[in-house]
Amino acid sequence: MGEPRRPLLAAYMGALFAFLYLPIAILVVLSFNDSKLATVWRGFSLRWYEELFRDTEVLLSIRTTLVIAIAATLLSILFGTLLAFGIERHTRSPALENGIYLPLLIPDVVTGIGLLSFFATISLPLGTTTVIIAHSVWGTAFAAAIVRTRLRGFDRSVEEASLDLGVREVPTFLRITLPAISPGIIAAALVVFTLSIDEFIIAYFTAGQTVTFPIQVYSMIRFGVTPEINAVATVMLLFSMALIVGAYLIARPRGPRAARPGEGPA
Amino acid sequence: MLAPALVWWAIFLALPMGLVLATAFFKGGAYGAIIYEPTLRNLERALDPLYVGVLWHSVWLAMLTTAICLVLGYPAAVYIATRASARTRTLLLVLVILPFWTNFLIRTYAWIVLLNREGVVNGALEGLGIVDEPLSLLYNDAAVVLGLVYGYLPLMILPLYAAIERINPEVLEAATDLGARPLRALRTVMLPLIIPGIVAGCVFVFVPSLGNIPVPELLGGGRSEMIGNLINRQFLTTRDWPFGSMLVLALMVLLMALLVLQSFVLRRSRQVGVDG
Repeated sequence: MGEPRRPLLAAYMGALFAFLYLPIAILVVLSFNDSKLATVWRGFSLRWYEELFRDTEVLLSIRTTLVIAIAATLLSILFGTLLAFGIERHTRSPALENGIYLPLLIPDVVTGIGLLSFFATISLPLGTTTVIIAHSVWGTAFAAAIVRTRLRGFDRSVEEASLDLGVREVPTFLRITLPAISPGIIAAALVVFTLSIDEFIIAYFTAGQTVTFPIQVYSMIRFGVTPEINAVATVMLLFSMALIVGAYLIARPRGPRAARPGEGPA
Repeated sequence: MLAPALVWWAIFLALPMGLVLATAFFKGGAYGAIIYEPTLRNLERALDPLYVGVLWHSVWLAMLTTAICLVLGYPAAVYIATRASARTRTLLLVLVILPFWTNFLIRTYAWIVLLNREGVVNGALEGLGIVDEPLSLLYNDAAVVLGLVYGYLPLMILPLYAAIERINPEVLEAATDLGARPLRALRTVMLPLIIPGIVAGCVFVFVPSLGNIPVPELLGGGRSEMIGNLINRQFLTTRDWPFGSMLVLALMVLLMALLVLQSFVLRRSRQVGVDG
């Protein structure tokens, strides 16, 4: 049996994708435009990219953002994986199971303001450290949710077999469980990393004088429309999309092979 | 194993929330100082028509955004969910979500490039001779709603798709075979099954829209202010943190009311599903 043929709906779908992608595509095209004006095409040029890679402020903000994203990802993976194990293996509390999604439901502005007040009260100077902490708060929730899904599909009998054969708990975890769930952990890491490098509001409130890449982009946009922003945007878009497609390819189930333990980095 | 994350959240999530709650009932002093004397002054000030107006304006724009996302997203979710091949379904879903994973500011900026006075749309309209002078397309409520819809539409399509995909088309066929008119079949059979998806999508879109800062700032240009901008100003410009905290509290109370409403709607829809 075929699927229902609905030409009108298909046309609508096309229009929807145009709506979603055309604005981004126009930015990408304009980033190669030799003209400063958005409405005039003066030929292909890489001048805005050259300008971008000479802009020390932008480069510094990228460095700051990468440092924050890497640290926040590591923290989130550590806390999130432990949390996923705890919930999946050691508790049957529905309140806790749903509770791990709570940090994702709180609007960014509320999280940002709360942390700003808190850091000010305990006199922790705002900067890279405070943004790392802030990002790990929701990063932990994302990591826990993703690792948990992977953990649920994991066949525990392999683990039990290992324990029955006299292998201790920690080596069993490191050699059997961890390799089996590592795709989930890697996918979670890529997702948290992507979210962190794009995150603006929470960083805006908790960064103080430190300028992350999104904060830099924000001040450039407020200053006015310049073709250099188009180049920044294009680099950023490609980077995020590559990370997310990577996360998807790693995390997707690949038939029975995926569940086989011992696969992946030993 | 639960301890590290829960302690981390207790310190950096629960404690800050509690702090905001408490600060909302203290006095604001000169130069951003907080005077630790309990007061209801901030609450009285927040109830001033000026601020209630901004709050209401934010709720209105967020509701409008949610409604538009639902109308735009529903047909798309139906289309994707009714593809026969799982590969096609996945591909379409990934295409819908992909923009959501890119930088929100850049996606907002794209609309400035399109809509400003020397922008792409005005250029095209003038080039075609439709208008003589550029239109003011930015810095109004419509631009803000457009930016929010563009930003959060994927968050509506995803849960709708998940709900529709679970429905067995034979159930609907059975209803029509038994003599139910298509519309009645849709209402009594499909709707109770889809409502959880609709509710989830609405919450996913409404929450980030209501507290948004960059869209009203960049596309509203101060002419379409939302509560996020107000909060932002209290904390970073005016530096009246107690009053800012009261506004954050107002935002949280609004969202909690929404979550109560959500669970109410879900419980009702489950009853309809069982009874009718």
